Amino acid sequence: MQKLVLTEEQQMLKDAAQGLFGEQAPVSQLRKLRDEKDPLGYVPEFWNHAVELGLAGTLVPESHGGSEFGHVGMGQVMEEGGRTLAASPLFASGVLGACALILAGNDSQKEILNGIADGSHLTALAIDETGRHQPLRVATKAEAQGDGFVLNGSKTFVVDGHIANTLIVSARTSGGERDESGITLFLVDPKAEGVTVERTIFPDGRNYAKVTLDNVAVGADAVLGEKDQGSAPLQKLLDIGSAHLAAELLGLSSEAFDRTVAYMKERKQFGVYISSFQALQHRAAHMWSELEQVKSMVLKAFMALDAGDEQASMLASAAKAKASQVAELVTNEGVQLHGGMGMTDEYDIGLFMKRARPVQLLLGDFRYHADRVAGLKGF
Amino acid sequence: MTDLDTFRQETRAWLEENCPQSMRSPMKSDKDVCWGGRNFKFQSEDQRLWLERMADKGWTAPDWPTEYGGGGLSREQHKVLLEEMARIQARPPLNSFGIWMIGPAILKFGSEALKQQHLPPIVRGEIRWCQGYSEPGAGSDLAGLQARAEDKGDHFIVNGQKIWTSYADKADWMFALVRTNPDVKKQEGISLVLFDMETPGVSTRPIKLISGESPFCETFLDDVRVEKDQVVGEVDKGWTIAKYLLTHERSMIGNMGSTAAGQKTLAELAVDAVGLEDGKLADPMLRTEIASWAIDSIGYELTAERAKDQAKSGQGVGNVSAMLKLAGTELNKRRYELLVAAYGSEGLLWEGDDRPAGALPQEWLRTKGNSIEGGTSEVQLNIIAKNILGLG
Repeated sequence: MQKLVLTEEQQMLKDAAQGLFGEQAPVSQLRKLRDEKDPLGYVPEFWNHAVELGLAGTLVPESHGGSEFGHVGMGQVMEEGGRTLAASPLFASGVLGACALILAGNDSQKEILNGIADGSHLTALAIDETGRHQPLRVATKAEAQGDGFVLNGSKTFVVDGHIANTLIVSARTSGGERDESGITLFLVDPKAEGVTVERTIFPDGRNYAKVTLDNVAVGADAVLGEKDQGSAPLQKLLDIGSAHLAAELLGLSSEAFDRTVAYMKERKQFGVYISSFQALQHRAAHMWSELEQVKSMVLKAFMALDAGDEQASMLASAAKAKASQVAELVTNEGVQLHGGMGMTDEYDIGLFMKRARPVQLLLGDFRYHADRVAGLKGF
Repeated sequence: MTDLDTFRQETRAWLEENCPQSMRSPMKSDKDVCWGGRNFKFQSEDQRLWLERMADKGWTAPDWPTEYGGGGLSREQHKVLLEEMARIQARPPLNSFGIWMIGPAILKFGSEALKQQHLPPIVRGEIRWCQGYSEPGAGSDLAGLQARAEDKGDHFIVNGQKIWTSYADKADWMFALVRTNPDVKKQEGISLVLFDMETPGVSTRPIKLISGESPFCETFLDDVRVEKDQVVGEVDKGWTIAKYLLTHERSMIGNMGSTAAGQKTLAELAVDAVGLEDGKLADPMLRTEIASWAIDSIGYELTAERAKDQAKSGQGVGNVSAMLKLAGTELNKRRYELLVAAYGSEGLLWEGDDRPAGALPQEWLRTKGNSIEGGTSEVQLNIIAKNILGLG
């Protein structure tokens, strides 16, 4: 069995990513993007550096200009990006876009992978229609018309929707609103007639959009994968996405925790450092213990995905569930243990909480994934 | 074929020939456990034979050196042996605090004479050991122990009381922490000594627990003579060995978080007890709690695995055993609470031969000790806070 440790190459990638995010995308960068209501939502110079390092193509096959380095590798990048709350198209394009095309794309669709690897082509996955993630609940309709389809419906919580060159949309070509079969994935040009993309603002200052499709005509070549058979590749894609979000949660939780422990060692009350209080020490020790469990689960989920292990779905859901739960714990405790300072915008600790919640919800929160783990385990 | 493959083949053949059929099924209760010792009554001739044959190979202590009766197996061979035993569901030939606890300490810290004297009888299951650590006034504050060993030239005279001594009433020898110097910092005046439980002045009294069972004793030491050559390591330097043994004990108790191979999972047991509705556990709130437990259990097992892999790769995180002890025992307690909930009132049937959940009430109550023995959960949190996070 594969050892639960990073290889030398994976560790090198992690170190390189840590250096890049630390120098080129520190927390102050996100703060600035937020304060200036930056229209792009990321810093192109930083994205170019990330692309030069090959990060955008980490999952892309070599034949399409990527490094095909695997999920363990990309997971290290996601984790390090989580530590500095780095805003970039890495997740929506480098993870979701790349894997959607790898899983379901035909040869000509896969050409987009070259653009993903060189950072020039951005994608966004548009699947959710309600506040809570339920990927099989698809009311958006795609009706056959001529050689192609006409799409009607609306999508919400679409990461990078307003900057994407291609939208990956789930729509129903047959079946009832919650049926597993009858879902088809489409590649949609956001500039096509009838597509409205409206940026929506969330507490983390990152890119989300609401996408409305009003009689949008697409050709037969817009179908990604098989008609009516979209839920299988979509579910695989969501496993992958969930594992990478778990890695981001691990990174941001670890950083919030480190900052909290550091604060406990510098804050004095009653004439002593608050780190000397056992009531607080035990809370910190509990969080550390929980973070260690998350670390193991995230790494194992990636290894299972890379190996095509049959347990991969269960492990990815377990990792996302636990990472969400622990992120909630650590960011809440982080604010609490910073006391009044934790409530100020000036201190960064609140930013970690405000990033954690949307990531927890994205592709399913603790409850969604705990339910899925139970289902996959047969109870 | 590699040497390891050859070893596997030979081991498989040997086990096939030598493991009695009746020893090839999971143990049903504590009564099936072979503890060995002077007064041990074997359950069956097979049980005796199985111990004898394994002990002859040194495979009751597979990784100990052959010169002390051990199997001399490498880490990889040891793993193969365990796998091959698991393959035929072979029972452990011997459960022994000698093999788990004092043996490794003697191997690491003891004199050559102590090794020669004590290790071979441990391997053969002839001498059963118990651990004299806690005292009525020294639980979490173990280093505050008071059992006094007075220097009488060639021997010590020990006076004091030990508590929570597992199976002291059935053990042949005790390894005990005693105070050899009361005038220095508490950690610096402790020694680890060995003595026969038949020595005059040693007496034991079982403690009845909330489960109704009595696996632990009080042990009274009144003018007990301990020879000086029975000190493990140096006099007054016993705390180092005690800490080594506590770490060892923590990792053993922490293992409780895992579901052993062949054992039904919590979810499977809950399905047996509650049933399924539309493929889901029929009680939705219970299902949620069990799912949450299952996720935590995956996290625990993977962390234990990762800790081992890291140690092998030389990236070991120190004090990780404190975290595993904490997480593993808390999980085990939750597991039993959920089991009781799943069986409902039938799970609390205290007596009778026809109980759906067997001795669940007693097992459930026993788990409450998991987060107390071997260092409480609170002590583990202290260790993490101080040694890993540097909080103080």
